[in-house]
Amino acid sequence: MMENQAKSQNFKLSSEKEKSNISLGYNPYAKDKLYALLFLGPSLLILAIFVFYPMLRTIYLSLFLTNNLGNPTVFVGIKNYLTLLTSSSYINSLIATLIYVIAVSILTIIIGLILAQAATKKVAGISFFRTIFSATMGVSVSVAAIFWLFIFNPSVGLLSQLFTALNLTPINWLTEPGWAMTAIVISTVWMNLGFTFLIFFGALQSVPYTLYEAAQIEGASKSYQFFHITLPMISPTIFFVSIITLIESFKSFGLIDLMTAGGPNNATNLLVYRIYQDAFLNGNYGLSSTESVILAVIIAIFTFIQFKVLEKRVTY
Amino acid sequence: MTQYNKKAKIQQFMHYLLLIILTLFILIPFILGFWTSLLPTADISKGALWSSHISLDNYVTAVTQTPIIRYLFNSLIISIITMLAQIIFCSLSAYSFVFLKFKGRDLLFYVFLATMMLPFEAEVIPNFTTVRTLGLLNHYAVMIVPFLTSAFGTFMLRQSFLQIPGELKEAGDIEGLSHWQYYYKVVMPYSKISIYTLAAYSFLSSWNQYLWPMLTTFSDNFRPVQDGLRQLQSQESFNNWGMIQASAAIIIIPTLIALFFGQHYFKSGLNEGAIK
Repeated sequence: MMENQAKSQNFKLSSEKEKSNISLGYNPYAKDKLYALLFLGPSLLILAIFVFYPMLRTIYLSLFLTNNLGNPTVFVGIKNYLTLLTSSSYINSLIATLIYVIAVSILTIIIGLILAQAATKKVAGISFFRTIFSATMGVSVSVAAIFWLFIFNPSVGLLSQLFTALNLTPINWLTEPGWAMTAIVISTVWMNLGFTFLIFFGALQSVPYTLYEAAQIEGASKSYQFFHITLPMISPTIFFVSIITLIESFKSFGLIDLMTAGGPNNATNLLVYRIYQDAFLNGNYGLSSTESVILAVIIAIFTFIQFKVLEKRVTY
Repeated sequence: MTQYNKKAKIQQFMHYLLLIILTLFILIPFILGFWTSLLPTADISKGALWSSHISLDNYVTAVTQTPIIRYLFNSLIISIITMLAQIIFCSLSAYSFVFLKFKGRDLLFYVFLATMMLPFEAEVIPNFTTVRTLGLLNHYAVMIVPFLTSAFGTFMLRQSFLQIPGELKEAGDIEGLSHWQYYYKVVMPYSKISIYTLAAYSFLSSWNQYLWPMLTTFSDNFRPVQDGLRQLQSQESFNNWGMIQASAAIIIIPTLIALFFGQHYFKSGLNEGAIK
C-alpha cells in the first residue's frame, strides 16, 4: 500500500516536472535508484557486517584491555602498540614474517618464470608438461602440508633417506629453527607455483613474436632476448604477481599451523599465527587486535600500491 | 648442415631435461603421496618405499573409519552455495556500478575497493563475536554467510561488464528491456567467461578456507575437509601415514578434476585480470 502510494506520488511529481520543463523529456534513470538498492543492498549489508564493522571494532579493541570474552575493560590508548613494538618476541615475528614473505615471493617468481619460459617452447608433448606445471593450483593447504610433512619427516621422509644414502647427517627439518623456516618456504613456494605459472605463461604468450624474429635476425642470443625483450614486455605481470604473492604470504596461516605450529622457538611464528595464538589460545583479545591492525596496515599499503599501478596501466 | 642438426638435437635434449627436472619438482610430492597411500603403514614407518602388499586398504580404512566422506560432503555444500551466492551478488553489484546511475555511485565503488585492502585474517576477533551473537557457530551458515559476496569478485565482473558494447544497452532500451531483463538476458550471457572464472575462484577460495572454519566449527557434522584433515592428523592416527595419505588423495581428487576441466576458462579469466 505504502509503496504504491509512494509510487503514484512519484509519478505525479515526475509528470508535473515533465509538464513544467518539456525539454527534459522522460528521465531514463528515474528507476535506477530503486534498482541500485535491490542490486547493491545485499552485498553492502554483508560487507558492512563482516568487513567494515569488524575493522572499526578491531581498531577500537586495540586501544583496550579485554576480558576473556573479548569485551573491552580498561582503556589503555596506544599502550598495546607500544608493548608490541618494544617486545623482542613481536619484533622477531615481524622479522621472521619479512624473511618468509621475501623468500617466498622471490623464489615463486623466479621458478614460476622458469616454468613458464620452459613451457612456451613448442616441442612434442608440451601440453602434458603445461598441465603438470599448473597442477598445484588444485592443492589445498592441508593436502600440501601432508605431502611435505611426509617428505620432511625425520625418520621416514624422503629427504632423510636421501641424506642417509649419501652418507650425510639427516636434518631435523621441522625442529631446528632455520630449517623449519626453509621447509615452510619450500612448501609455500611449491603451492604457489601452479597459479604463478598460469599467469606468467599467459603473459609470455602475449609478447609479439615479431620482436623475437627481429632479434634473431640481429643475431641476439637467447639470454639477450630473455633479458631485453621478454622481461621488459612482461614486467607489469611480474609486478602484479609479486604484489599478490606478497599479500598472500603476509596472510599465511594454514601451512604453519599444520607443519610447525609456530615453532620451534617461535621461529615460524608469523603474524597471522600470532594473532590466532594471542586471541584464541591466550585469550588476550586486546593485544591480538593490535596485531591485527598492524597486519591490516601492512597489507593495505601493498594493496594500495597495486591499485595505483593497475590504475596507471588501465589508462593507456 | 649435419652439425647444425646435431646442435639442434642437443638443444632439444637439454630442453627436455629441463622440463623433466621441473616436472619432478612439481610432481614428487604428489607421486610420493599417492604411492604411500597404497602401502601398509607398517612398511612406511620402517622407511620402506616398497612393499609386497600394495593395495587400496588405506582407502577402505579412511572411508570406513574416519568421517572423511562427511568432510567432503560438508565442503561441497559450503563451496557450492558460496559460489552460487557470489555469482549472483557480485554480478548484481557490478551491474549497479556499470549500468545504473545514482547518487554516490562512485563513492560506493571506492568503498567496495577499500574492502579489498582489509584482510579477513585481521578481523576474525569481532567476526567471531558477531557469528556467536547471531547463533551461527558450528553450522554451515557460519562458513557461508560472511562470504556471500566479495569485493574482488565485484571488481572483476565490473571490469568485464565495462567491455560490453554500449550499442547493446541502447538496443535493449529500444526493446524496452528493464534492468532486470537486461541483466539476465544480455549482461550475464555476454560475460560468461568472467562468470566461470569467478565461479572457479570463489569455489576454490571457499574450499581452501582454513582459519575461519577452524575457529567456528566444533563437530564433524559441519567441519569442512581442510580442518577435517587437520583433525585426522592430530588424532592418534598421526602416525598412520598410509591412511593420512589416502585421505589426502581422496580430498584432492575433486579439485584436480575441477581444475583440469575448468583450466581453459580459468586461464583466460586470470590473464584478463593480470595482463591488461
